[in-house]
Order: sequence, then C-alpha cells, then structure tokens
Amino acid sequence: MEENPDLFSNRAASVNEDRVLKVRDLTRLVKGVLEESFPSVVVEGEISNFKRHMPSGHLYFTLKDEEAQVRCVMWRSDAAKVRFEVSDGMKVIVKGRVSLYEPRGDFQLYAVDLVPAGQGALQLAFEQLKKKLEDEGLFDEERKREIPEFPSRIGVVTSLEGAAVRDIISIISRRFPAVEVVIYPVKVQGDGAAEEIARAIRDFNKLSTVDVLIVGRGGGSLEDLWAFNEEVVARSIFDSAIPVISAVGHQVDYTIADFVADVRAATPSAAAELIVPDRQEVVAGVQSEVRTMGRLIEQKIYGLTLELDKLSHHYALQQPSSLVDQKSQLADELTRRLETETQHYVDVTGQKLIAVDSHLNALNPSAVLKRGYAFVESSTGIISSVRDVEAGDSATIHLHDGTLESQITGKSERSA
Amino acid sequence: MSKSAKQKEELSFEESLKRLEGIVETLEEGNAPLEESIKLYEEGMTLAKSCMTRLNEAKLKLKKIQKSAGGALEETDIDN
Repeated sequence: MEENPDLFSNRAASVNEDRVLKVRDLTRLVKGVLEESFPSVVVEGEISNFKRHMPSGHLYFTLKDEEAQVRCVMWRSDAAKVRFEVSDGMKVIVKGRVSLYEPRGDFQLYAVDLVPAGQGALQLAFEQLKKKLEDEGLFDEERKREIPEFPSRIGVVTSLEGAAVRDIISIISRRFPAVEVVIYPVKVQGDGAAEEIARAIRDFNKLSTVDVLIVGRGGGSLEDLWAFNEEVVARSIFDSAIPVISAVGHQVDYTIADFVADVRAATPSAAAELIVPDRQEVVAGVQSEVRTMGRLIEQKIYGLTLELDKLSHHYALQQPSSLVDQKSQLADELTRRLETETQHYVDVTGQKLIAVDSHLNALNPSAVLKRGYAFVESSTGIISSVRDVEAGDSATIHLHDGTLESQITGKSERSA
Repeated sequence: MSKSAKQKEELSFEESLKRLEGIVETLEEGNAPLEESIKLYEEGMTLAKSCMTRLNEAKLKLKKIQKSAGGALEETDIDN
C-alpha cells in the first residue's frame, strides 16, 4: 500500500493547488491512479445487497467485513461463469480490478471471478489445474495405456494405515490370489504427501517390476484428498510407463489424478475388483479350453481312422504286413498318449474325457481282419508279393479268429 | 522334455492362458498332422494343469518397498 500515495503524489505533482480542477477531471485522475495501481486483486468478504440486474444480467453487490465495505460489479459475461448461486451473507473470494464509477465518485471492484471462501479456494485451484492439464493433453483418451488382463505383479501406492490397503489386499486375495502385490507406503494427506506419492510412482517406474499400479486412498474431505489434486502427482502419473489405476476416496470424489490415470476406479475396492479377474471365471474358461481340446483331438483321430480304413481297402491285400505293423504301432502310441492325457484331464478338472476307446479300436489291426481281410505268411515271412512264393510252397493264412494252413497250387502276376 | 518343462515354468499366468488359447485355435483349424496335434494337446493339457494349480493353490504374495540404509529401494515380504 505504501507505493500508492507515492503514485498519487507523483501524479498529483503536475496538479498543483493553483489550478482549479473540474470534478470530472479529479474523478478521472483518481480513476487512472486506481486502475494503474490495482489491475488485479483478490479480496475475501461477505456478500450483501446482492442484485442481479435484469435484463442486463450484470451482478451488483457489496463486499464487506467487520470494518469496511466496497461496492462490486460483475459484468454478465463474467457472471455467466459463476457456477454457484450467489446470495447475501455468503463468504466469497472475489478476483477483480479496482476502478472508479465517475457518475457517483464511488470506487468499485469490478469482479471477474467469484468463488466461495474456504473450500472455494481449493475448488478454484482444482479447476485451474484441471483446465491447464487438460489443455496440455494430459487427459487425452488416445494416450491412455491399456491395463493388462492378467497382471502378475501389482504395485500399490497408498498408506499402510488406511482402510484402502486392507480392502485392496482382501479383494485381490479373494478374487485372484495368483499374483504378487507390492505396496509402496506413502503419506496420503498433509504436507509432503503429494511429493511422496509422485516419488513412489517414479520409483516403481525405475524398478520396473510391476505390471500395473494402483494409486489411491480411502475417503475423506476435499482437504484430505488434496494430494491427489496436485500437479506433481498428475505429472508422475502422466509420465509413468506402467499403466495407472486411480482409486481415490468414494464414488463421488473426482480428483485430478482420476483424469490423468489410465483408468479411474471409484474406490480402492473397485480398483482391486477391476485389476484382477475372478478366479472362478478363469477356471471355467480353462475347463472349457480343455473340453474343446479333447473334442478336437477326438475328431482328429476319428478322421484319421476313416482315412486308414480307406487305405486298408486299397492296400491291405497287397501289403498286409507293413500296414498292419504301422497301424498297430500307431494305435499303441495313441492309446498310450491318450491314456496319459486322459489322466491329466481327470487330474486337472476332475472330469472324464469322453472315451476314445471306440475310435482307437478301429485302428487296431484285428478290426481290419474282422472285416474279411487276411494276411499270408510263408516260412520266410509275410508274403506281400506273388514273387515271394513259388507253386508248391506252404503258407499260413491269418484271419481274425485263427490261421489256415495251405499250399500254393499256382500263381499269376498281375501286370502293373 | 526337461527343456520344455523349464520353458513352461517361465511362462506367466497370462502367457500360459494365451498359449493355451493359441493351441486350441491351431487344433480348431485342423491343419496340423496327427503327431503334432497330439503334441499340442499334450502341451495344452500341461498348461491347463499348471494354470489350475496356480489358481487353486496360490496364496497372495505381499511385499513392501523400503529404502535401504544406502538409499536403494528394496522389496521385503510382509505377512498376509
């Protein structure tokens, strides 16, 4: 305030007492001094004589405290930005400039912004930071990181004392305990809380040992939650390479952290719910995959059986031994493997794989013989060509239920 | 076998599930020869079993980050 009389006297120096001023000259001079001296002030006081002038929409009121008062005007364009209902007796903080209303000679405060005192100051800070960060693109949807579907390590930035950490732990261990939860204990309110939270987020990024972060705390007053409205926290979330879920307060609380985070959870419990899947659902999913695999492998074997049948029609008589050997070996192999796998399946889900015996039976060589095929053996081994025997040789014919001893009485070779 | 068993151990839960899904998809396409299909099936069953084991037996592991005397960050276990 000290420089103002100086300013006045400097200006007044050109106006000496010998010169008689007109009233309007005086008011204009004073107005100039006021405008130059108080281009922007923030004043706290109580509203009285509040009037919204119609149809102009300008606001007129007096701002007062115990010892003084000042008349205020707020033009319609500024008044439109006031988000709450103004009324007499309300304690407010007014931002504006000082000037003089010449027709009455009153000095006035020309208000450009009006917020409720107390909580209002925080509210104002909140709105200002929100707008700033929003303009910078910190809230853009395009830059949100994706939350992993099955995180294996979950970082939690919160206080060890609050209900939040207990809720998060109990919900994760109930829903999906196959994870590790790494807690970084921080102050979540009071001096230095915002810096601690921001540092924890940065440290987690340095360590790079978790897949996702929950940053939050339980419910509280606007002041209690304030750390999550601080720019340093917002920037650390924005800079994090690890996806961040914000989990601050109750359902209704929105913080700056919520806007920057990749996902906003309404509460710490909600964050825990959405960060891990439900174990029962995952179990059902795995069981369904196992059933599908069982069905597909069965189909595969069945398809192969049909193919082998076709093959045996074509070649069984010409090449009984090798075909039977191959089929026998394959059937054994499949039986062994599927028995093992069926056991796995029983172990895993407690359910039985649909029997594959019938399909495997079809692969068994004896099943081929049952359909009327035979193979013929001589003293030198399986006969697979007419060239293997001469007339007069004896041969054993294998059928599905026994053997026939026989003698070759003649042969003719089919031209290829 | 020991090598592939080791590989499976290293898979995260998510990787195991994704691999299992991939196996089912391959089997569904039906182009793999029988030998390979059986191998895939075996691998799938092993994965399914390990997933189930993890789901049924796992107990939440809880850790805390602390600064050591030297200022380095370390994780320590906390009782759940």
